[in-house]
Amino acid sequence: MTAHDTTLTRPNAPVTTYRYDDFDAAFVKERVAEFREQVRRRLAGNLTEDEFRPFRLMNGLYLQLHAYMLRVAIPYGTLSARQMRRLADIADKYDRGYGHFTTRQNLQYNWPKLVDTPDILEALAEVEMHAIQTSGNCIRNVTADHFAGVAPDEIEDPRPTAEFLRQWSSAHPEFSFLPRKFKIAVTGAAHDRAAVKVHDIGLALVKNDAGEIGYQVYVGGGLGRTPFVAKLIRDFVARADLLAYLEAIMRVYNRFGRRDNKYKARIKILVHEKGIDAVREAVEAEFAGMDRAVFSYDPAEFERIAAYFTPPPYEALPADSEKLRAARVAHPAFGNFVEVNVAPHKAPGYAIVTVSLKPVGGIPGDATSAQMRVLADASERFGFGELRISHEQNVILPHVKQDDLFDLWKLLDAAGLATANAGLVSDIISCPGLDYCSLATARSIPIAQAISKRFADLSRQRRIGKLGIKISGCINACGHHHVGAIGILGLEKKGQESYQITLGGDPTFSANVGELLGPGVTAEQVPDVIEHIVDFYLAERQEGESFIETWRRIGHARFKDVLRREGEDGAGI
Amino acid sequence: MAAFKHPQILLASSLADGEVLFLGAAGWERDHAKARVARDAGEASALEAFGKAEIAANRVVDVYLADVEIGADGVPTPLHYREKMRIKGPSVRLDLGKQASGGA
Repeated sequence: MTAHDTTLTRPNAPVTTYRYDDFDAAFVKERVAEFREQVRRRLAGNLTEDEFRPFRLMNGLYLQLHAYMLRVAIPYGTLSARQMRRLADIADKYDRGYGHFTTRQNLQYNWPKLVDTPDILEALAEVEMHAIQTSGNCIRNVTADHFAGVAPDEIEDPRPTAEFLRQWSSAHPEFSFLPRKFKIAVTGAAHDRAAVKVHDIGLALVKNDAGEIGYQVYVGGGLGRTPFVAKLIRDFVARADLLAYLEAIMRVYNRFGRRDNKYKARIKILVHEKGIDAVREAVEAEFAGMDRAVFSYDPAEFERIAAYFTPPPYEALPADSEKLRAARVAHPAFGNFVEVNVAPHKAPGYAIVTVSLKPVGGIPGDATSAQMRVLADASERFGFGELRISHEQNVILPHVKQDDLFDLWKLLDAAGLATANAGLVSDIISCPGLDYCSLATARSIPIAQAISKRFADLSRQRRIGKLGIKISGCINACGHHHVGAIGILGLEKKGQESYQITLGGDPTFSANVGELLGPGVTAEQVPDVIEHIVDFYLAERQEGESFIETWRRIGHARFKDVLRREGEDGAGI
Repeated sequence: MAAFKHPQILLASSLADGEVLFLGAAGWERDHAKARVARDAGEASALEAFGKAEIAANRVVDVYLADVEIGADGVPTPLHYREKMRIKGPSVRLDLGKQASGGA
């Protein structure tokens, strides 16, 4: 099969992913043709780089440190097996046999040639994918909970909402040239796995006293050089009003958001400078005065979209699998995998499997084309042909029968995909850093690898428990270091790479920006410092307490003090 | 113009494939060892002017000068770690970039 195999049809398409209608298909196809002509004109010298740059960015194409980089959208993180195979084929044919899954449910190719990018976009369009709005000052790829539709704590699957917003925001004429980029995330569950409070707009599905489902709307969150936790702007927006209300927020931002300084152009700065009450007042005034009919919610359209996300045909199964129980006892390594990487499912007898893309010493988020094909095969054999990409840079198989878990594990293990570390200390989020990114000021991947190797013993990791380490190679914070329980930020200090460490970050509903531990340390010192922090936590924790809970209970100063003593005068820590 | 403290070479990215290029004696080179070295401000300005013309001719993008030191073998090596990375490739994938073919 090649990237341009047009004989592929949809027989293996999962039942719970959105399918393009004629309009979607034509729209994406036209964009590819348009970009093909723009690339032709650029290579022929009819467009300067300054003229071409906005066009390439509108199609997710960057120029990075060693080559071009193409960022492909994986809307709300949902992929079919067919799409995953196509990503693998593109990696082989046009790139270097691998792809990098990012913290915003995208996939990045690190080595495409400019001349090939129209062909890559065409290959993506054939499987209903694209790179539109993965860059630029527009509403970016809408992200969602990677356990959407299967989590037991879910109020409603957030993906129909996310798809609804994707259609609203795609090529939106008023919001294609915002003051800066704009990110929206949606969660439908009691536990936030989409980090909604560190997005420009975060939506949480809620049920009101009348039993109606609507949205809690958070505004002004974000990381980067000025991190803020979003503020609640409306406790309940009825579904019928959602588009109009978001339109009102966007209008207020578009009108009042600063354009004099790109570093102050995000809505979080507007919320911070004006205050949430003033922003709310402006949004409500806009909402009250606007012609809402233009943005009127069409229940039939929402239902049409939602129909794509109906549950697959689950079998009626007992809640617990005897076969699984026996396999866990007989194969301890498998038992560990189940304990760490397998989560409860809302359908009896099924499970949600997190496939870690963080092997010990590996590059967080990278998957080879061979691994992508294994994951596609696994999803077809064991999970209705559906996969998810998490903002934590892992792959999720959302519908696996408990009876099949052992066979799945063997398949994954043979492909180097069975590392039992989901949520543990080596499940590190890391941006590409200075190994690939032209904006980075320091490397981040080698730091993740060094920490991962230091904590290579998976049984020790389980004893430590849930602990999120997040690493960014510059202040733009693509590695979400601000919301890492342990955050690491790579900077340049006197011509050398230097790493600042923060503690206490939290990306969930109890969101918190981490606090700085002290002066920066060298790359070589980072694993030692992390180990000191972990050891102090282990010494101080109470029964059942996670790292973040211990940090909150005993306070940042205690951690800071003990690390200062470890570093004597604090200079090294 | 900033004070001239170190020898410099001119880097760019290829328009067609984005690969890092170095201005050599006879045009753009993919191996930094073949880079032409500016040893004073005047030579550096000449390199920069050539780079701007090449941008205007749509052959390269993202042109800039980088400080280097000259090794005993006469090969210029960038002083800053960012450009040290660019002459090789990702430090975490030695099978990729210029280092993969032994060019760095």
